[in-house]
Amino acid sequence: MISVQQLRLRQGDFELSSISFEIPQNAYAILMGATGSGKTTLLESICGLRAVSGGKIWIDGEEITRTPPAQRQIGYVPQDSSLFPTMKVHRQIAFGMEVRGFSQAERSQRVEELASSLDITEILDRYPRGLSGGERQRVALARALSFRPSLLCLDEPLSALDDDTRSNLTKLLKKIQQFESVTVLHITHNVEEGNQLGTVHFRLEKGRVRAVVCEDSGDKNTA
Amino acid sequence: MSVFGVFYLALIIALLVADFRFANWSDMSSLLSDPRVRFSIWLSLISCTIAAILSLWVAIPTGFLLARLGSESMTQRLGQQSPSSRRLFNWVRYSIDTLLDIPIVLPPLVVGISLLVLFQTPAGRWLDERTGELFASLGYAGIRGITYEIPAVILAQFTVAAAFAIRTMRNTFEQIDDRPERVALTLGASHYQAFSMVALPQAWRGIVAAFTLAWARSLGEFGPILIFAGTARMKTEVLSTTVYLNFQFGNLRGAVSASLILVTLAIVVLILTRLLTLGGNSKNGVIV
Repeated sequence: MISVQQLRLRQGDFELSSISFEIPQNAYAILMGATGSGKTTLLESICGLRAVSGGKIWIDGEEITRTPPAQRQIGYVPQDSSLFPTMKVHRQIAFGMEVRGFSQAERSQRVEELASSLDITEILDRYPRGLSGGERQRVALARALSFRPSLLCLDEPLSALDDDTRSNLTKLLKKIQQFESVTVLHITHNVEEGNQLGTVHFRLEKGRVRAVVCEDSGDKNTA
Repeated sequence: MSVFGVFYLALIIALLVADFRFANWSDMSSLLSDPRVRFSIWLSLISCTIAAILSLWVAIPTGFLLARLGSESMTQRLGQQSPSSRRLFNWVRYSIDTLLDIPIVLPPLVVGISLLVLFQTPAGRWLDERTGELFASLGYAGIRGITYEIPAVILAQFTVAAAFAIRTMRNTFEQIDDRPERVALTLGASHYQAFSMVALPQAWRGIVAAFTLAWARSLGEFGPILIFAGTARMKTEVLSTTVYLNFQFGNLRGAVSASLILVTLAIVVLILTRLLTLGGNSKNGVIV
């Protein structure tokens, strides 16, 4: 269970105030909102990359509001994937385990497992330069999942992809979330993508998060 | 290239041609057969290399810190602070930045005099004596301290070269996106691991450029060495002081020949750097 209570964040003139929402265990949460509404800022705060002015964040009952990002057990996939340019894909995926002191055997096994699930076995020996957008996002996803995080935060991971790749990755995301049994918080602008993937839906508007119920015809506000 | 650019290029070529035409091989071979000159060549090579390594040792973390203190993520963090805190932070950052540039803008002789004065203070004398004792314990009793000894040559070279290396490393790290480092933190890396495993490998071309710049700058250093290390032959004489000593004693051909050795070394280093950094992305004139 991910719980955010009365979270406040100020960035110059921009402010998020009284952000509160909960994501049940193993749910696939979709966060939507207009451009500039603060979705990425909120996600980065949950990941520990931005300090908050107030409020609290809990993961599985443990408060992590002031916990350094390295100790939060949150996998993060930014919009541009932000792969490490000088690392080959296999080391890139193993990075989270390497810095956490996993053994070489554990790392190799997990890399193979994730590469197989995400269909990137063929590119394990390549550097990020030259990978397609879809491949880059799969690698970033594998890297974020490698250490079995409690929460996976995805910041518009499919926004820069063509329709076919987006469709394939949408199915893959659903499959991998169920296979890994991980709670997901996914930012997107795409309603269809949100409807396909989400089990819980939120909308960020005017600095506040509101829960919404999704229907085939659109969103219906419930909060 | 502008007309003035062509003129400047022609000036550089004309300078080199004039030097090479002025000196002949017999001047050069007689100079190279002089053990004092051979000593100065070796001392130049060794001291420049040590000064460049020390410069990198300082420049890499300092350049990284300065670059990241001015990064977007730091600006975002500061956005949550009060205006007075932001002003104080920016004032401290600009002050450090300005202080680090002082060796670049100071006249070289002033750097030498300042070093000399520093080592006349009680703390400087203490360090001078301890350094002499250290070298004696290592079996180098000939080096009795820092001032007017080989360590003074290296320190004088380092003082100026490090400022150039820091500037280069700062520009290099500014060109490197800090987002992957931030992602590394979420993956469990410490700040040091994010720096050493993610940022540093991306900066290798900048490191080569900073090393080369520091090395070349040290090779051409003269003023601070003259004041702080002296020009004792077979002791603190480096190539730049060989040029000076030959010129001082009216041996212009010897001075030009020694200059040509400096020019040749500088050209070799520049070519090696170009080869090593070939294929790198160059943004805003900075090799990244």
